[in-house]
Amino acid sequence: MTGPASPVALEVEGLCKSFRAVQALDHVSLSLHYGRVTALLGDNGAGKSTLVKCISGVYAPDGGEVRVDGAVRVIGSPEMARSLGIETVHQTLAVIDPLDVVENLFLNREHTRGGRLGAWLGVLDKKRMRSESGEILGRLDIRIPSLRRPMSALSGGQRQAVAIGRAAAWGQQIVLLDEPAAALGVEQAARVLDLIRSLRDSGVAVLLITHNMDRVTEVCDRAVVLRQGRKTAEVDVADVSKDDLVAYITGARTGDLS
Amino acid sequence: MTGDTAAAGPLPAAARQWLARRRRDAGLRPYVVYMAAVLIFGLFAVILRDDGFLTATNLLNIGRQAAPIAVMAVGMTFALASAEIDLSIGSVAALSSLVAAEAVGDYGFVAGAAAALAVGAGIGLINGAITVKVRIPSFLVTLGMLGIVSGIARNMNNLQSLPIRNDTFLAVFGAGSVGPISSLLIWTVVAGLVGHLVLHHLRWGRHVLSVGADRGAAAALGINTDRIRITALMTSAAAASFAGVLLAGRLAIGRHDLGENLLLTVIAAVVIGGTNLFGGRASVVGAIVGSVVMAMLNNGLILMGLRVADQLIARGVIIILAVALSMREQKET
Repeated sequence: MTGPASPVALEVEGLCKSFRAVQALDHVSLSLHYGRVTALLGDNGAGKSTLVKCISGVYAPDGGEVRVDGAVRVIGSPEMARSLGIETVHQTLAVIDPLDVVENLFLNREHTRGGRLGAWLGVLDKKRMRSESGEILGRLDIRIPSLRRPMSALSGGQRQAVAIGRAAAWGQQIVLLDEPAAALGVEQAARVLDLIRSLRDSGVAVLLITHNMDRVTEVCDRAVVLRQGRKTAEVDVADVSKDDLVAYITGARTGDLS
Repeated sequence: MTGDTAAAGPLPAAARQWLARRRRDAGLRPYVVYMAAVLIFGLFAVILRDDGFLTATNLLNIGRQAAPIAVMAVGMTFALASAEIDLSIGSVAALSSLVAAEAVGDYGFVAGAAAALAVGAGIGLINGAITVKVRIPSFLVTLGMLGIVSGIARNMNNLQSLPIRNDTFLAVFGAGSVGPISSLLIWTVVAGLVGHLVLHHLRWGRHVLSVGADRGAAAALGINTDRIRITALMTSAAAASFAGVLLAGRLAIGRHDLGENLLLTVIAAVVIGGTNLFGGRASVVGAIVGSVVMAMLNNGLILMGLRVADQLIARGVIIILAVALSMREQKET
């Protein structure tokens, strides 16, 4: 693929997070590279979503370091993560039902009109956002019947597509996807994989949480396995079989932890 | 015979399609309030035709009574849209009428209105800050605030009304008119227009709705949900203050109980107007029409000759019925 020389977008080192007595993350380290897709694997409760939430500013880690483009960053809020170019599609999709597709794509990233006064008041430039929405969705080949329908009127797959489309549109550097195809049919899941490939090809660093080993072998370059909050394996996907991956996840084996 | 198929039902095909589309998209919910307005107006026009319901004076009166309800309803729409509620609005209006009366005597009419609005915004800020920072549901915070504020209002002038003699104040916020149009009616329209534009065309309005629909999702997208909830509660209290100014202008006094009993009326107006009591759906225009409906009801009950006690009972029953009907429709969609 892009080769081992592709630069590091995000590094996590020694990340810890506890919830009362439960240590959800225990000194976890990993790095994401530009133009590469990294799978984050593990059984339920392994700490995958917690890790994603620590990177995207939802949780504050108890210890450890996050570096973006080599610089240490304390990501204190989702807004800060977004302003660093990190976009996340959470397991519970962050879409707002009563707002329409355009409003969801641009939520908290709205264009305003009317100069500085308009910007201060937050006067929405609906026309511009609508036309850019068309471009964003068109570029990603996402088909939505009408941009003006509220999200609640869309199917599960369409909602997912909008959430991913938003992450792709704003995530210039890093996109974190937590089970993005969990609720999708076969064809829609394939479309999501195409989306991930096009993100990778445009140089974005992608982290993909999934339980589906086919998806790992299809689009991922590297796989990191968590088990009970610890990293138990980190491997090149090309070097291992699906059975190996499953063995790492279930704890039957541990892998290369270089 | 052959041409009859299109008009087979009671409605033409185009109308049926339109209805079906409405049902699918958002339900008939947004239109219930207009039907209610027409229905109640028609009903009273027939029942009370000999009691002066349809006279120009009475209709104007309804419009004037609707104004403070409508202004409060617009503010409450934003509180409800953000999934909060403000139960202190009645007492805030009352205190504001006194503050306005006090300030207008000393510093003129602009200061009167400004002082009242500042008091309202300040109370809203306290409501919001406690709700958000101490994590107490807003219905409890604002219920406590209701007591505090009405206590302060009662202390302020020893239960006496404070007369307002500033003619400009009374003209702008009360009895005055521009041509044939009452200034109270103009304020109602202004409140509705501003509220509608803010809800649909400003970033803040969309964020209020987002926070009310799904606070976790809004936070995950980087929206400062604390700030949105606080400012939504500030909006409802400031609007209540302005309603207090309008009440003071209409009656030419400030008094500890002006608007105090409007809370339930306002909530009913907003909910009948299509705003979800639990956040995420809001209609400013609906709230305005709902306010007119509530003002018509009040007026009709008085014209029917009901005693105050019976008016209270009738209004309570009607409000529960009306809200129950609109909530049922909301659950369906």
